[in-house]
Amino acid sequence: MDALVRSANEPRATEARGWSDSVDLTIDRVSKTFGAAAALHETSLKIEGGELVALLGPSGSGKTTLLRIIAGLEFPNTGRILFDQDDASALTVQQRNIGFVFQNYALFRHMRVLDNIGFGLKVRPFFRRPSAAAIRKRAEELLELVQLSGLGRRYPTQLSGGQRQRVAFARALATEPRILLLDEPFGALDAKVRKELRRWLREIHDTTGHTTLFVTHDQEEAMELADRVVVMSQGRIEQAGTPDEIYDAPNSPFVFSFIGESSVLPVNVKSGEVLLDGVPLAIDPGDTAEGAASLYFRPHEVELVEAGTGAIEGIVESLRRSGRSRFAEIAVPGIGRFEIEIIAESVLNSGDPVSVLPRRWRLYADASRGGADA
Amino acid sequence: MTLAASAGRWRWKEPSVIPGFGLALGFSLTYLGLIVLLPLAALLLNAASLGWSGFWDIMLEPRTLAALRLSFLAALFAASVNAVFGLIIAWAFVRYDFPGRRLFDALVDLPFALPTAVAGIALTALYAPNGPIGGLLAPLGIKVAYTPLGIVIALIFIGLPFVVRTVQPVLEDLDKELEEAAATLGASRFRTLRSVILPALMPAILTGFTLALARAVGEYGSVIFIAGNIPYVSEIAPLLITIRLEEFNYAGATAIGAAMLMISFSLLLLIHLIQLWQRRRFTHG
Repeated sequence: MDALVRSANEPRATEARGWSDSVDLTIDRVSKTFGAAAALHETSLKIEGGELVALLGPSGSGKTTLLRIIAGLEFPNTGRILFDQDDASALTVQQRNIGFVFQNYALFRHMRVLDNIGFGLKVRPFFRRPSAAAIRKRAEELLELVQLSGLGRRYPTQLSGGQRQRVAFARALATEPRILLLDEPFGALDAKVRKELRRWLREIHDTTGHTTLFVTHDQEEAMELADRVVVMSQGRIEQAGTPDEIYDAPNSPFVFSFIGESSVLPVNVKSGEVLLDGVPLAIDPGDTAEGAASLYFRPHEVELVEAGTGAIEGIVESLRRSGRSRFAEIAVPGIGRFEIEIIAESVLNSGDPVSVLPRRWRLYADASRGGADA
Repeated sequence: MTLAASAGRWRWKEPSVIPGFGLALGFSLTYLGLIVLLPLAALLLNAASLGWSGFWDIMLEPRTLAALRLSFLAALFAASVNAVFGLIIAWAFVRYDFPGRRLFDALVDLPFALPTAVAGIALTALYAPNGPIGGLLAPLGIKVAYTPLGIVIALIFIGLPFVVRTVQPVLEDLDKELEEAAATLGASRFRTLRSVILPALMPAILTGFTLALARAVGEYGSVIFIAGNIPYVSEIAPLLITIRLEEFNYAGATAIGAAMLMISFSLLLLIHLIQLWQRRRFTHG
C-alpha cells in the first residue's frame, strides 16, 4: 500500500515500480462443513512467498472452498490463515487485500475497462486514495502489462473472453494485493486461448512475483504452469509437490490415475513376489504389504518382451490410432484389461498374444494407501 | 448479412430460420393500430377540430393548468417514492429468507387486484381527520385526506407492484460474483451497492418507474375519494375531463385528454431514450 501511495506522488519508471513483497501463506488446520457435509477436512499447507501453486482436483474436492476461505469469502469452522506472520482469519475480505480472479471474469458491465481496473483504488477511503490522474495512470500501466493497451475505453461486452479475463487480472493486480487467488481462471475459455493465457500468466507471475494460488481441474494446466501442485480429493490434500514429484512419485492410486494416463491391474504380493493370477512377475514389491495390491503404470512406460520372462501375458483386444502413436487394449483373461501406448508403425494385430513389462511402476497395497517405490 | 452489407442497401428483412416474420409483424401492427392507435387518433382528431386557438384557450385556463400540473407532479412523485421503496422491498424478498416471506410476496400484488374505488375509500377512511391515521396526524398539523398529499398516497398504493415486480427477477439473476469481486477489491457493502448493484438494476428500476408513472397519471378511481376534488388544489386532470363531459363540454374534455396524451407520450419517450442509451453502454454498440 505504501508503495502505491509513493508511486502516486512521485513519478517513477514503470519498470522500477515496486510490486508487493512476496508474502508467505500459511493454512493452519483449516476445515469447513456445509450443513452436514464436510467440504474441507482439517487441512494444513504452507506456501512460500512468490510461489505459483496449483490446487488441482476433480469437482467437489474442496479446492475452491479452500481458495475462498483464504480470500475471506468463506469462513472456516476451524483453523487460521496466516499472511506472513499476520493472522488474516479475523480480517474481512475487504481488509485482507487479496487479488481474486473469477472463472466468469465478474467484470462490472457498466464500467469501461479502465474504470474496472481502477475500481479497487477508487473505492479506497479518502486518505488512502490516489488522485484520479494517478488511478488512471496506474490502470493504463496495468492494461499495458496485460497487453491490452488501447482497449481501455471499451466496455467488457466488447471484448473476447480471453481479453476479459486479462482485464479481470489487471483489476486484481491494481490494489497491489498481498496474494493472488485465481479460481479456474481459464475454465471458461477455449483450448487455444487457454494455452496462450497459460504462458502469459507464467510471464506475468515472473514479472510481478506475487504469491499466487490458482484452482484448476485441468492436470495439464497445473503441471505446466505451477511451481508446486497440490492435488486434492474429497476435501483432503492427497499430495503436494513439484510437478515432477507428483508425476513420477504419486503417493496414492488417486494421484496416479488423476495425473496423466494410467493402466492398472490387480495383483497379489506374497513372500517377496508380485503375483498376477498366481504367476510371478519380474517386479520387485519392495516393502509393499503382503496381500491384494494394485499395479499402476503409464501406458507409454512399457516394453514388449519375449513370453515367459515374468511379463504380463495378454491378448491384443483392439487398437486405436492417437496422433503419432497407437494405443493397444490388452486383455488378461480372467483378470482385466489395460492399455499400452506403442509406436504407430507397430505390426501388432488384434488377437495377437503379447508380453508386456512396465519399465516403471507403482504398487499400492489395496488395504492401506501407502506405496512402494519402483 | 454480409450479402446485404455488400449490396449496400437496407433490407426489409434479414434471412432467418425463424418463420412467420410477415405474419407476426402484420398481426402486431394491425392489432396495435386497432387497439391503441385508432382511439388515440380519434381523440387527437377531435381535439384538432377545435383549432389551435380554441385548444390553447382551454389549455391556458388556470383550472386546466392546475389540474394537469397536479396530475403529473403527483404521479412523478409517487413513482419516485415507489422506485425507492419498491427496490427495498424487492431486495428484502430476494436477499433474505424470513417467516411469511411468501405471504408478503403475494401481498404486493393486491393493489393490482383491488377495485381502485375500494382502495380509495379505504385510504380515505384511514387518513380522514377522524380516521385512525389521519387522527394521529391532525394534531401535528398534517392533513392527508382532501389534499395533494392524499393523492400522492393513493398513487403510491396503486403503483407499488410495478417496481417490485420488475426489479425482483433482475435482482435474482444478479451474479453474486460481482459483489464478491467488489469486496475483494476493498469496496464496502455500501459502496458495492452504490457502484455495482444499483447500476446493474437501473434499467429494471426505470422500467418499473415508467409503469408506475403511467398507471398513476391515468388513475382515477382511488384518487377521487381521497382527493376532495377542490378545484385548483386537489382536482386531478382525469376528474376534470369527467366534469367537462358531464357539462356536455366535449371539446374541453377532448382538449385536456389530448394534452395528457401528448405529455405522457413525451415522458415515456424520454424514459425510453434514457434506457436505450443505458443499454447501448452495456452491450455491443
